[in-house]
Amino acid sequence: MTHGKLHGTGMNPLTAKERERFDFAVIANWIAAGEHVLDLGCGDGRLLRYLNENKGITGYGVEIDDNSVLGCIRNGIDVIQIDIEGGLSGFEDKSFSHAIISQALQAMHSTERILGEMLRVAGEAIVSFPNFAYRVNREAIAAGHMPVSEDLPYEWYDTPNVRFFTIVDFEALCDKLNIEILERLAFDVFGQPVTDDPNLNGSLAFYRLARKA
Amino acid sequence: MSLENSVGLVAPQRFCHNAPLALKGGGCLPSFELVYETYGTLNASRSNAVLVCHALSGSHHVAGIHAGNPGSVGWWDNLVGPGKPLDTRKFFVIGVNNLGGCYGSTGPLSLNPETGKRYGADFPLITVEDWVAAQSKLADHLGIDTWAAIIGGSLGGMQAIEWSLQFPERIRHAVAIASAPKLSAQNIAFNEVARQAILSDPEFHGGHYADHGVVPTRGLRLARMIGHITYLSDDQMDEKFGRQLRNGEHSFSFGVDFEIESYLRHQGDKFAGFFDANTYLLTTKALDYFDPAYAYDGNLSAALARAKASFLVASFTTDWRFSPARSREIVFALTHNRRRVAYAEIDCDAGHDSFLLDDPHYHAVLRAYLENIKV
Repeated sequence: MTHGKLHGTGMNPLTAKERERFDFAVIANWIAAGEHVLDLGCGDGRLLRYLNENKGITGYGVEIDDNSVLGCIRNGIDVIQIDIEGGLSGFEDKSFSHAIISQALQAMHSTERILGEMLRVAGEAIVSFPNFAYRVNREAIAAGHMPVSEDLPYEWYDTPNVRFFTIVDFEALCDKLNIEILERLAFDVFGQPVTDDPNLNGSLAFYRLARKA
Repeated sequence: MSLENSVGLVAPQRFCHNAPLALKGGGCLPSFELVYETYGTLNASRSNAVLVCHALSGSHHVAGIHAGNPGSVGWWDNLVGPGKPLDTRKFFVIGVNNLGGCYGSTGPLSLNPETGKRYGADFPLITVEDWVAAQSKLADHLGIDTWAAIIGGSLGGMQAIEWSLQFPERIRHAVAIASAPKLSAQNIAFNEVARQAILSDPEFHGGHYADHGVVPTRGLRLARMIGHITYLSDDQMDEKFGRQLRNGEHSFSFGVDFEIESYLRHQGDKFAGFFDANTYLLTTKALDYFDPAYAYDGNLSAALARAKASFLVASFTTDWRFSPARSREIVFALTHNRRRVAYAEIDCDAGHDSFLLDDPHYHAVLRAYLENIKV
């Protein structure tokens, strides 16, 4: 399915490019100038480049895909080609201010391990993911289909996503893993912040996390 | 050979350093010579020089061909040339035969000024640190204050690392491919077997075989055969040779039955025909001794703390001689020091020798990294 104008608002959902910039801006807002950060599943290094240009950060991207690694090197991004599923044992404890995983956690199997490793190597973790319980996704399921939406743009047969979870589910896992949620932001497909029932009205969720004291 | 994108005809040059060079293992060379080749042009600001370091059996002849010998293609010709990943239209590339080598630089085949005879076994043991020190004298001579990059595979990568430690201000980028921060026990074991093959050859004569007019070819041949096994992957060997028979049937003798036997013998014979046994011995020892972390209680991060260069580290999935895990040791020692490093683990089935081949993704990675180097 594709989105046109929704709910009679007259607004158009953000384009892919707008959404990317929007995501980056939300994450950048949580990063202080000059931080040392780790970006897991960094793709071709665009987020790191954005953070470098806007926040003067240093750091590394981690990526497994050959073409993405090549993209990073072309972009002058310091990428380390390792499989995050195997952990981050090469990185020392608390060697980064922030470990970021931007819309990639849902494509990995070792969810618990990765969250644990992020908070081992960094003081704080930033996680963003598409909320599977977003209204439009629920409607798709109710209509008998797997959801395909702005933030879940794949058909069921070619999706790289392997973990489908919601805001409520993620927070339950954080609780189980003794992870403290320092901040949460949810947005709809127009890039508008959602405060009313984010599990229903939020398409994309952003978390700033720390290990509970 | 196609001359397309080739640096074309090249000729070696000779650099004479007429001052003593103190060696890490003790003693010193009263003077030395290095044979080298250059490709491309040094720019006015002298900021585009790239040093290519060779591995065990390599030489200064990195690219192009020598006049009158169309078969003499440089060992990394697929990488170096106009329009190639190490683009000689942008970079001034230098290949140098290391000290102790047998391609014309001062080594065991050279005349010992004290005796007037070939050094042979009297040539001192040379380390990776000594190679780099000697290369730095060549850089001085050529007016190269800072290298845009130093690049090498295997033992060549170790030299790039060593440059970043010995001369942190003189190297902007280090490219270490299929390399390792030190040899493992297994690596040393293979080297020792290869050395024993040479040392126990009756024609070795304590390293003074030249005085006897002979060459320990059997030992060299065996050493090369052992080495070759470690350069290839199990899968690739199976794919290339499998259990194919040379003559279509089992001969029930110790002759050549299987193609792999024929291949190894051929490689061994070829190598023994031109490589110097003393150079082989001292080069494998240089490999064994290389261990920047040794002086830091084995702490590689502490050892690499003084490096300032940006690094590209690359490994090959099927390389079991210097496996990806060895490259990751380098990478994480650098990340610990917050040094700039990119690491690519290249899916290539050719084992350690992959670094000499032209896997498209491998070359794309090198090209991308080298293109971003400002000169």
